[in-house]
Amino acid sequence: MLMYIIPSMIMFGCGIYGFITRKNMIAILISLELMLNAVDINFAVFNRFLFPGQMEGMFFSLFAIGLAAAETALAIAIVINVYRAARNVDIRQLTKMKF
Amino acid sequence: MELSYTVAVLIIPVFMFLFLGIVGVKLSKKTAGILGTLAMGVTTVIAYAAAFTYFFGTEQGQVIDGVRQQLTVLDLTWLEFTKNLVIKIGVLLDPISAMMLIVISTVSFMVHIYSLGYMDGERGFQRYYAFLSLFTFSMLGLVLATNIFQMYIFWELVGVSSYLLIGFYYTLPAAVSASKKAFIVTRFADLGFLVGILILSFYTDTFDFISLTSDPQAAISTAGGATFLGCSVMTWALTLIFMGGAGKSAMFPLHIWLPDAMEGPTPVSALIHAATMVVAGVYLVARLFPIYAVDVTALEIITVVGAFTALYAAAVACVQSDIKRVLAFSTISQIAFMITSLGVASPELHHGVGYMASMFHLFTHAMFKALLFLCAGAIIHAVHSNEMSAMGGLRKYMPICHIAFLIGCLAIAGIPPFAGFFSKDEILVAAYAKSPIWGVWLSVVAGMTAFYMFRLYYKIFWWNNPDYGHHTPHEAPMTMTFPLIFLGLVSIVAGFIPFGEFVTSNREVYEIHLDWTVAGTSIAIAVVGIALATVMYRKENNLPEQLANRFRGLWTAAYHRFYMDELYQFITHKIIFARISKPIAWFDRRIIDGTMDLLANVTNSASFAVRRMQSGSVQTYVWFYLVGAVAVAVITIICLI
Amino acid sequence: MIWSNILIYFVIIPLLMLGGLALCKNIKQVRAVATVGATALMVLAIYLVVAFLGLRAEGNTAEMLFTEGSMMWFEPLNIHLALGVDGISVVMIVLSAFIVFAGVFASWKMDPLPKEFFMWFCLLSTGVFGFFISIDMFTMFMFYEVALIPMYLLIGVWGSGNKMYSAMKLTLMLMGGSAFLMLGILGIYYHSAPEGGQLTMNILEIAQNDAIPHSWQYFLFPMTFVGFGVLGAMFPFHTWSPDGHASAPTAVSMLHAGVLMKLGGYGCFRIAIFLMPYAANELAWIFLTLTGISVVYGAFSACVQTDLKYINAYSSVSHCGMVLFAILMLNTTAMTGAVLQMLSHGLMTALFFALIGMIYGRTHTRDIRKMGGLMRIMPFLGVGYVIAGLASLGLPGLSGFVAEMTIFVGSFQHADMFHRVFTIVACCSIVITAVYILRVVGKLLFGAVQDEHHKTLTDAEWHERLSTVTLILAVAAIGCFPNFFSSIINEAAEPIMRLFA
Repeated sequence: MLMYIIPSMIMFGCGIYGFITRKNMIAILISLELMLNAVDINFAVFNRFLFPGQMEGMFFSLFAIGLAAAETALAIAIVINVYRAARNVDIRQLTKMKF
Repeated sequence: MELSYTVAVLIIPVFMFLFLGIVGVKLSKKTAGILGTLAMGVTTVIAYAAAFTYFFGTEQGQVIDGVRQQLTVLDLTWLEFTKNLVIKIGVLLDPISAMMLIVISTVSFMVHIYSLGYMDGERGFQRYYAFLSLFTFSMLGLVLATNIFQMYIFWELVGVSSYLLIGFYYTLPAAVSASKKAFIVTRFADLGFLVGILILSFYTDTFDFISLTSDPQAAISTAGGATFLGCSVMTWALTLIFMGGAGKSAMFPLHIWLPDAMEGPTPVSALIHAATMVVAGVYLVARLFPIYAVDVTALEIITVVGAFTALYAAAVACVQSDIKRVLAFSTISQIAFMITSLGVASPELHHGVGYMASMFHLFTHAMFKALLFLCAGAIIHAVHSNEMSAMGGLRKYMPICHIAFLIGCLAIAGIPPFAGFFSKDEILVAAYAKSPIWGVWLSVVAGMTAFYMFRLYYKIFWWNNPDYGHHTPHEAPMTMTFPLIFLGLVSIVAGFIPFGEFVTSNREVYEIHLDWTVAGTSIAIAVVGIALATVMYRKENNLPEQLANRFRGLWTAAYHRFYMDELYQFITHKIIFARISKPIAWFDRRIIDGTMDLLANVTNSASFAVRRMQSGSVQTYVWFYLVGAVAVAVITIICLI
Repeated sequence: MIWSNILIYFVIIPLLMLGGLALCKNIKQVRAVATVGATALMVLAIYLVVAFLGLRAEGNTAEMLFTEGSMMWFEPLNIHLALGVDGISVVMIVLSAFIVFAGVFASWKMDPLPKEFFMWFCLLSTGVFGFFISIDMFTMFMFYEVALIPMYLLIGVWGSGNKMYSAMKLTLMLMGGSAFLMLGILGIYYHSAPEGGQLTMNILEIAQNDAIPHSWQYFLFPMTFVGFGVLGAMFPFHTWSPDGHASAPTAVSMLHAGVLMKLGGYGCFRIAIFLMPYAANELAWIFLTLTGISVVYGAFSACVQTDLKYINAYSSVSHCGMVLFAILMLNTTAMTGAVLQMLSHGLMTALFFALIGMIYGRTHTRDIRKMGGLMRIMPFLGVGYVIAGLASLGLPGLSGFVAEMTIFVGSFQHADMFHRVFTIVACCSIVITAVYILRVVGKLLFGAVQDEHHKTLTDAEWHERLSTVTLILAVAAIGCFPNFFSSIINEAAEPIMRLFA
C-alpha cells in the first residue's frame, strides 16, 4: 500500500508547492489538478486495501474525476476570459478588482 | 404716584430709537432729524417737569424733617433670580437723579439741535439720530435706576451706544479701532463692576439702592468680617464696583479709550464723552456713597486714583496738538476732580461737602465742557481739521464761537463769576479740609487747567493767521450757534445756583459759604496759569518750541501720553494674543485635536496592518494554512509523545 | 392612547414631512412641504406653551405634564414610548421649532439634491423633538442617535471644505460619547429598582425609586455626564465642534449648534444629575473644573481664529461650557440660567451661522482677512451680524445678557468659596467674548472694502430676511421679557434641585 501512497504524497506535495509558488494561472490550475488526482489515487488505494468489500472509494474517485473535469473547464474558461480582458494571466498583475 | 409720568423720559427715546432704527432709512434725512429732535424736546420738558416737581413740589412725603426723600416712582420686576435678588426696572427720584435728569436732557437736547447743522448731509444721518436716542434712553435709565443691577444693565447699554457712535464713521479704520478699544476697555472695567455686584449681593442679599444705602453699617456688617486675600470682602466689592466706574469715567489706568473716542462725531464727544456718560462713574460712587463712607479703605483708593489721574491728564493736555484730544484730557482731569472730591468727602467734615462739591462740579462741568466741545465742533466744521496748526486767528471769522469758547475756558479755569469757579472752589475746600496735601495737589492741577485751556484758546483764536485760501472759515449755521449761546449763558449763571440746597450727601439742606482764602488762592493760581498761557501763545513766537526743546524728554513723554497706549498695546498684542491665545489655539489644534486624530490614526494603521493578511491571494492563504496545519500536526505529535 | 397626546405629533410631523418630501418632484414642492411642516411645528410648539401654561395655571403641579398614553415597546426590558414635558423641555421644544423654521428658510436655495437634503433634515428634527419629549431613557437614547446619524451624511454630502474628514470626526467622536452613554444607561437600568422590584427605563420612576447604590453612582455618573458632555462640547472632547461646524452646510450648522448641542446639556441634567444626585454632588468639582476651562479656553481660542465659522464654533465651546458649568452649580438659579443660556445660545448661534452662511454664499470665503467693509455693501446682513454679536457678548435687551447674568448670580450664591472663585473666572469670559466679537465685526463689516468684487454683491433676499428676522425677534423677546421664560424654567428646575437642598 505504501508503494501507492508515496507517489500520491509526492504528487500532493508537488501540487501544494506549485500552487503556492506558481504565478501563472494555468500553472496553478495544473497544480490544483495534481493535488486532486493525488487525492483520487488515495481514495482508490484506501478503498482497495482497507475496505476491499465496498466500492464507495472507487465511486468517489470517479465522481471527483468528473467534477474535476467540469471544474477545469470552468477554470480554463475564466482564465481565457481574464486573458482576453487583461492580456495577462499572471496573478501578480491581476489586482484590478482588489481593494 | 404723582411723578410716575417720569417714566416717559425712558419710553420716548427708546421708541424713537426703534422707530428711526427700523424705518429711518425710508424717511428723508430732514424728517428723521427733526422727529428725533422733537422727541428729545418732549423728553426734556418732561425731565425738567419731573426734576422741578421733585425739588420744589410740596407733595406730602417729599421732604421729611428737612431731608429730601428718595422716591421710587415705579418698580417693575424684570427678572427674578431668587426671592430677594430681583432685577427691577424702575424710576428712582432723589436729588442726584433729578439733577442728572436736567444735565442729560439739556445737553442731549442741545446736541440734537446742534447735530441738525453739524451732521447735515452725512451718510447715515437717520442712524445717527437713532443712536443718539438709544444713548439718551440708556443714560436716563442709568441715572434713574432703582437698583444696582438696573444700573448695570443701562451701564452696558450706554457702553454699546458709545461704541456705535464712536464707530459712526465705520469706514475709517481709526474710528473702528477707537470704538473697539472704548468698548473693550470699559468692558474690562465692567467685569470689575459685575464681580463687585456679585460680592455685594451675595452678602447683603439685595440689589436695591435704598435698602443698601439706608443702613450702610448693617450692609457692611452682613459680611461678618469675611476677608479675601487680606482685605475685607466689602472693600473688595466696593473697590471692584469703583473699577467699573473708573472704566467709564476714564480714570487712570483705564483712561486710554477716551482720547481715542474723539474719532466719533464731535457732538457725540460733547454729549457722551464730556458731559454725561463719562460722569457715570462719579454718579455710581455718589449713588453708593453711604456705603463707601463707611468703608475708609475703598474711599482712600478712590482719592488716590482720582488725584493721580487729575495731574496726569492735565500734564498730557498741556502738550497735545489735536484740539479734541486736549479737551478729552481736560475732561479726564475734571472728572478726576469730581472723583477725588468724593474720595475726600467724609460725613464728619463740613457735612460731607466733598459730595456736594462733586455733584456741583459734575453739573457745571457738563454744561461748560459740552459748550467747549460744541465750539470745537463748529471750529472743526469751519477749518476741516482737528489740528491746532491748521487754526489761528479765528476770532475774526467766528465771533459767536469765539465768545462762547472764551466763556467755556474762563469757566473751566475757575474765574468768577463763571460756573466752574464755584464748583471747583467747593472741591478745593473739601480737599483742604481732608488734608492740605490733597488741597495743594488739586490747586496745582487747577493752575495747569487754566494754562492748557488758554493755550488752546490762544492757539485757535489768536496765534498766527494761516492762509485759509478760498475756504475762508465762517460762522456756523443757526442750528449750531443756538446751543452755543444757550450753553454759554448757562455756564455763566450756573454757579449761582444754591446747589447745597438741593444735593447733599445726607440730602439735608447745606449752606454754601465761600471760603475766601481757598477761593482767593485758586483765583490767583488760575490767573497765573492764564497769564503764562497769554505770554506763550497770544502771538506767534518760538517760546513754546524752545521750552519743548529744553525739556525734550518730558515733552515727548507727555505728547505720547506717557506711553500708556503703547503699554496696553504691548499687553494685549504681545501678551494676551501672542502668549495666551495663540498657544491655546495651537494647543487645541495640536494637542487636544492631535490626541483625537492620533486615536483615529492608530485605529487606522492597526487596520492597515491587519489588512495585509487579507490579501485576497489564495496562494498566501494556502501558505498560512500549510504552516498552520504542519504546526498543529507537530504540536499534536509532540504532545502525544 | 398615545395618539391623544399632543407631544407625539412633534415626532409625527417631521416623519410626515419626510414622507411628503419623498413624493416631491421638484424644488417648489420640496419648499412647500418643508415650509408647511416647519410652520406646523412652530404653531404646535406655541400651542404647547399655551396649553402647558394653562394646565399650570389650573394648579396642576405634577413634575411632568402630558404624560398620558405611554406605549409598551419592548416587554422584556420594560421599554416604553413614554412622553412628558416640564418647563425646561417645553422651552427647548420651542427653541427647536424656531430653529427648524429658520433653518428651512436659510437653506431655501439648497443645491444640489434639495429633496434629499430636506429629508435628512427632517429625520434630524425627528430625533431632536423625540429626545425632548421622551421620559424613557431608552427612547431618549434612540432619538438621540436618530439625530446624530443624519449629521454624517448632511456634512459629508452637502458640506464644504474638508468635509469627509469633519463628518467622520464628528460622527466618531459623538458615537464614542454614545458608547459611554449606552453603558451608563444600561447601568442605571439594572439598578433602577430596589432588589426584586420591576426594573424600569422611565426617568420619573427611577428618580422615585432612588435605588442606584452610591458606589455605582460613582461609576455611572461620569459615564453619562461625559457621554452627554461630548455633545455639549465639554473640554477636552470639543474638537469635533470647530471642524464639524466649519464644514457643515448652513442649516445643519444652525440646527447642530442651535439644538443638537443642547441635547448634551439637557441630557446631562435630565439623566446624569437628576438620577444620580449623590455622585453629582460628590464629583461636580471635577467636571466644574473642566467646564470652567472650556469657558475661558474656548473664548481665548476664538480670539485668534480667522475663519468665521471657527470663531463661532469656539465661541460655542465657551458658551456651551457655561451651560454645563451652571448645571454643575446645583442650584435653582444657576440651573435656570443654564437653560436660558441654552435657549439664548441656540438662537444666537443659529443666527450667526445663518448669517455666516449667507455671507459665505456671496463672498465664497470665510476668511476674515479677505473681507472688509461689508456693512456698506450688505447692510441688512451687517446689522444682523452686529445684533448677533451683541447678543453673544451679552448686551442687555438681548438674550445673552439675561442668561449669563442668571448663571453668574446663581453660581455666586454657592456657599463654597471654590465655586465662587470659579464663577469669577467664568465671568472673565465676557471680556474675552467682547474682544473676539468686536474683532470680527470690525474686520468683516467695518473698515474699507478689501475685495473689489465684493462691491457688486447684493443684500439679503426675502427668505434670508425671514430667517434672520425670526431669530432676531426671538433673541430680543428673551432679552426684553426674561421673566416669562425664567419663571417657566425656574419652576421646572426647582424639583430637580430640591435633591441637593
